[in-house]
Amino acid sequence: MNNLAEFFHMGGYALYVWGAYGLATVVLSYDLIAPSWRLRGLKRRLALRHTHADSVSQP
Amino acid sequence: MWYWFHRFASPAYFYRFAGKAIPWLATLTGLLLLAGLYGGLVLAPADYQQGDSYRIIFIHVPSAWMSLFIYVVMATAGGIGLIWHIKLAEVIAACSAPIGASFTFIALATGSLWGKPMWGTWWVWDARLTSELILLFLYFGVIALQSAGEDKRTASRASAILALVGVINIPIIHFSVEWWNTLHQGATVSKMGAPSIHTSMLVPLLIMALACKFYYATSLLMRARVELLEREHNSNWIREALKNHE
Repeated sequence: MNNLAEFFHMGGYALYVWGAYGLATVVLSYDLIAPSWRLRGLKRRLALRHTHADSVSQP
Repeated sequence: MWYWFHRFASPAYFYRFAGKAIPWLATLTGLLLLAGLYGGLVLAPADYQQGDSYRIIFIHVPSAWMSLFIYVVMATAGGIGLIWHIKLAEVIAACSAPIGASFTFIALATGSLWGKPMWGTWWVWDARLTSELILLFLYFGVIALQSAGEDKRTASRASAILALVGVINIPIIHFSVEWWNTLHQGATVSKMGAPSIHTSMLVPLLIMALACKFYYATSLLMRARVELLEREHNSNWIREALKNHE
């Protein structure tokens, strides 16, 4: 790439082109991260419940 | 065949399979994205009419394709869940909705960012844009129904019915540029005969489309694992899996 500045300039459409890709990145990153947050909370709750259930079922 | 199908549709097997497949799918998605973006943003030449602004196509069109594709998958899975009460189908339908909504939103927003410099407006109420906006609301409706009510299975049935009714919108979106006079340009890739787009632009576009497909697969499996964990939390296989840190 001999002209990095030109690449980022996008022929004057930088705001629109990079805006579009930036927005897509944000939305898709959130989409990927959101379930793993939910997973962490869920695993913690289930682990608690399972250990509780185990201790109750033992004589 | 049926044996295989039953095994695959069993939540325990699917959970383990998804856990193994996710890293591979994620890697493939990343590589395809890199290749597609490099091809589209660096290698492909500027358009002779639209200059560099047309480069939005490499995210806009694949997202729009995905918005339709995921909707069809979601409605089909919802229908299967409705008729045969297959748990995994309900999970697939439930987990597809937020991903589809994301792609629909991206298609609309990037289209808006493309429309401003080319058409001079962020938004017009024309057939293509309006029907795609209705698609976004259909996704929202399905998501809302999924999270409404205590019983997940009743919620799944309700949202499957909405999804199936909404399928009518899919051909409307696809053919909207032919049926109505619209500002939105017609199809460039899927029309009869040779696509009216140069290979240097078509190849990155198809790579990006493939990357989005694999992105969907990755995200779907990740979400499906969480959803299965939540729905099946009392079953033994979940306890085993959690103990083994799967």
